[in-house]
Amino acid sequence: MSRGMQMDDLLTDFLTETCEALDVLDSELVELEQRPGDPALLGSIFRVMHTIKGTCGFLGLPRLEAVAHAAEDVLGRVRAGELGVSRDVISQVLAALDRIKELVAALGACGSEPEGRDDDVIAVLRRTAEGTAAPEAKKDPAAPPGHGTLYERAGSASGIDTACELACHGFLSKSPEAAALAPDMLKLQFALAKGFEVSLQQVPGIDIADVMTCLTDNGWNDGDVSLLAGELAEAFRSLGVAEGDIASLTGLLRRSEKSEESAASGTDDAHGGIAPEAARPATPAPATEKPDAAQPAQTLRVNIDVLEDLMTLVSELVLTRNQLLQIMRGQGDNPFATPLQRLNQVTTELQESVMMTRMQPIGNAWGKLPRLVRDLSQELGKKIELVMTGADTELDRQILDSIRDPLTHMVRNSADHGIEAAADRLARGKPEHGTVELSARHEGGHIVVVVSDDGRGLPTAKIREKVVANGLATEAQLDGMSEQQIQQFIFRPGFSTAAAVTSVSGRGVGMDVVRNNIEKIGGIIEFQSTEGAGSRFIIKIPLTLAIVSALIVECSGERFALPQNSVVELVRISRNSPKGLENINGRPVYRLRDRLLPLVSLREILGLPEEDDRTRAQSGADGTYVVVSQVGAFVFGIIVDKVFDTEEIVVKPVSRSMRHISCFSGTTILGDGRVIMILDPNGLASAVSAAPHAEAVAQAGRGERGAHGGEAVSLLVFEAKSGGPKAVPLSLVARLEEADLATAERAGSRTVLQYRGGLMPLIDLDGNAPELTGKHPILVFVDGSRMLGLVVDRVIDIVETALDLQLAGGSRPGILGSAIVSGAATDIIDTVHYLRLCDADWFEVDTDKPYGAESERNVLLVEDSAFFRNLLIPMLTIAGYSVTVAEHGEAAMTMCKEGAQFDIIVSDIEMPGLSGFDLVRKLRADSRMKEVPIVALSSHANPQDIERGMEAGFTDYVTKLDPKALLGALSRTSVAAPAKEIAA
Amino acid sequence: MTRSAHAAARTSGAPAEDYVTMTIGGQTFGIPVLNVRDVLGPQAITRVPLAPAEIAGSLNLRGRIVTAINMRRRLDLPADGFAERAMAVVVEHDDEPFSLLVDEVGEVLSLPSARREPVPATLDPRWRDVSQGIYRLEDKLLLVLSVGNVLGAIGTETIH
Repeated sequence: MSRGMQMDDLLTDFLTETCEALDVLDSELVELEQRPGDPALLGSIFRVMHTIKGTCGFLGLPRLEAVAHAAEDVLGRVRAGELGVSRDVISQVLAALDRIKELVAALGACGSEPEGRDDDVIAVLRRTAEGTAAPEAKKDPAAPPGHGTLYERAGSASGIDTACELACHGFLSKSPEAAALAPDMLKLQFALAKGFEVSLQQVPGIDIADVMTCLTDNGWNDGDVSLLAGELAEAFRSLGVAEGDIASLTGLLRRSEKSEESAASGTDDAHGGIAPEAARPATPAPATEKPDAAQPAQTLRVNIDVLEDLMTLVSELVLTRNQLLQIMRGQGDNPFATPLQRLNQVTTELQESVMMTRMQPIGNAWGKLPRLVRDLSQELGKKIELVMTGADTELDRQILDSIRDPLTHMVRNSADHGIEAAADRLARGKPEHGTVELSARHEGGHIVVVVSDDGRGLPTAKIREKVVANGLATEAQLDGMSEQQIQQFIFRPGFSTAAAVTSVSGRGVGMDVVRNNIEKIGGIIEFQSTEGAGSRFIIKIPLTLAIVSALIVECSGERFALPQNSVVELVRISRNSPKGLENINGRPVYRLRDRLLPLVSLREILGLPEEDDRTRAQSGADGTYVVVSQVGAFVFGIIVDKVFDTEEIVVKPVSRSMRHISCFSGTTILGDGRVIMILDPNGLASAVSAAPHAEAVAQAGRGERGAHGGEAVSLLVFEAKSGGPKAVPLSLVARLEEADLATAERAGSRTVLQYRGGLMPLIDLDGNAPELTGKHPILVFVDGSRMLGLVVDRVIDIVETALDLQLAGGSRPGILGSAIVSGAATDIIDTVHYLRLCDADWFEVDTDKPYGAESERNVLLVEDSAFFRNLLIPMLTIAGYSVTVAEHGEAAMTMCKEGAQFDIIVSDIEMPGLSGFDLVRKLRADSRMKEVPIVALSSHANPQDIERGMEAGFTDYVTKLDPKALLGALSRTSVAAPAKEIAA
Repeated sequence: MTRSAHAAARTSGAPAEDYVTMTIGGQTFGIPVLNVRDVLGPQAITRVPLAPAEIAGSLNLRGRIVTAINMRRRLDLPADGFAERAMAVVVEHDDEPFSLLVDEVGEVLSLPSARREPVPATLDPRWRDVSQGIYRLEDKLLLVLSVGNVLGAIGTETIH
């Protein structure tokens, strides 16, 4: 190997190490500014700068050396206590650091230092260094003999470092073998400095005598060794160390009584520097060690490409393993089974280990942030503190790279837009220092990163203004959204809240780019803000991208993989299911536990052919599946034909020729060797959110959910005519449409609209035929083939709330009463009233035996909620039942005990005092009541509830908000023999 | 595929190029042999929804995912049911493997470079785009396919 080659290697090593060192310096300097009195920190900074200077000297990089030297001088002054740590000093050193970075970058790019001068930076540093003390004082750090320890008299770490450096320079210039030794000289210098420190400070490690012994063991001749010793003495002398101390120092070079066994284990390395390191026990990777590393990390530098290759190979192995396992599953007993099991296990472990090699602490992406925040606070004249926690949280390198920029952007945003000026903060009674917090933690297969600040927050009103001004949504749409939803608009393209474009932010890179970057790696980002108290970005990202678990789904006979991490749950919808898919404005939705789930059909999105009945029959499918998926805060359903199990898949990029298809995030090979496409939930979600209303409705429903306990009902709140908001139970509304009434027609006294191949009568809130002008939202009520459209002015929201009907409807027709909904008095409309207005026999059609046709039947309605009483009584009366009401279970018991006769009893489950279950048990205990059909009415109708109800003695069990189901149940129970299998 | 023609050309000494010949819809085409990685029989191809029409789908070639190009569609020839029975010529473009689906793969011909002629201007523009030259063989014409041009336009523009 030629010397030139070695120098190149050395340069590469230098670049790698220096880049790392520079990043560390950045953060440490900022830390120093906050903790100026920390000697360990100062020492560390000084040593790093000194090392850079020394290394550059060796490699013949004069510009770098000069800048580093000037900066080191200033730091030396600080360390000697001659210069205070001021903001100016730190800024100057940081400026020098920036210049060094530029030079190093140029060096990395072209292999040599660029032309140019650094007088500007150096002059400033010189002035600072000289402004406080004479230069000689620095050159002569040693106190007179007799003061301090020998270590201090020798100049402490910096003095010894300098001495070793000088000695090595001197040695090189005099040794006949200089050319051959030059590459190792740097390592030797570090080893010597470290050796002195070990000997003088009596810290564990290899002392200076061992270092010298190793040189001999590695083939140095005595002449060279004594030449080096001489140079060392000369170097200390030139630094002003007293003669007596020099003698003591050179005395350390010779082994006295200490054993030499450690040296005997030296390596076969040709020359010095490396050997002492290797001789140290438990130091497997000495080559990369830095002199300031107290405890060398047991690490090895490996080229990224090698790791990537390894990853690819392991991926292939995983695929082959999957393939083998697949084949094996089809076989019975097979001699390959056992070794294959072993292979399976080993492959899994190997895969995990290789993944580990790709893991890096997230702190690597944060390194530049302290400096960034410091510079920002100066530039903006604010006081900002950056607090980082969880920097050692590890994640995949690839992911780390993709979140670096978004994180920087968010921190910059927080500092620029979030944190107020110090005066403003004090005026608001906040601490003068603003805090930007960055934290990371593991959370079940994900990393959660939070960027928060305690600044002014983002006023929702301002976001609204911007949204409307930029045409991202209309006022009306915003009215229907929660604050949280409106805040998410900051992620929309073309949105920026900064009133002024500063040099810091507002450079055209918006939060939409941040969101894109996060979502590209399968992460999600959310924004929360409280005006005056600060804002928070919450980012959730997967640990790794290379191998993911995916759900295999089928549509039109073709299979696709859907990343498991975005799948929330699976819903099977059988063809005969009463609760099927519905439509809002022509878009499919599904009611999932009383919440509207917007749906996309995979078949439609991908333009796949409709499966004909024959193939469907062959495949045995009797329904469809909805894969409930979540992207960010947005939950939606994907309609597919079939669902298979989950598989671990290796994600491979989509061919460039197909990369424009947003529905696919990658491609993979399944265990059976077939290629399938990986669906991108983000791409699919954008197909849904093309219908913003559906999204808003779905999110609004969720936003309010869980806020109230008890008798929660989903209400559709709207405005119609005058007199405040109105509401109707959402479950009564089949669809929400918007139609131009100019297209409606008059038919006699009625107004009808051609709708879905039929005629839908329209009615307004006053019960009249509406005017034939303008676009209006229409609430569609559907019963079999009958429809009614209630024309309203504006749909406000869907809220889930506990209903407490405050006032009876009084004389106002069509109003059941009022309730407080979302803080406003809201009229609850009487749906039945309108249905009846429009079609007097609405409830009396559609079955062979009309409801309650055989004369009036007596129904006892046990219901504690006034709302439901008001909803149900008119409806039951219309349907031809004679209704008696009991407001609680006890009242019902009394009535029955007193001998009142009822044909059917309808009872609520959740009531204060005697619950529905208790009531039915008590009633069944009475011999007269054994046979009476009792229908349970509940807002909870999951299978367990139903089973429990049946066990207690109920004949049927229906959901409260489904009037038709109740009428159906009543009709069934009154027609059928009442005594059918009541639980004994 | 035979190598005899190839060997014969080597001995003649004149500068020559070796082509893998193939037929697409009755027309003979050639691709420089150095561009060809593999020749495969009919393969199981996974259709990719929403992909450009020329892309027949993806196939698994020893663990690598290869994009299959329906050459009949690329050349605007009738292509019904073609992808299932086609032969595949695997080429590399921009570090990405592609498999060109053709009717048949023939022998390797070594043709003297001097005999290569420019493509006639009257040729259908779609064909002209993908051809680099033409050879007059004894019994037929051989169009030299430019792999870059065949694949370059796919995905960047909609041809239909």
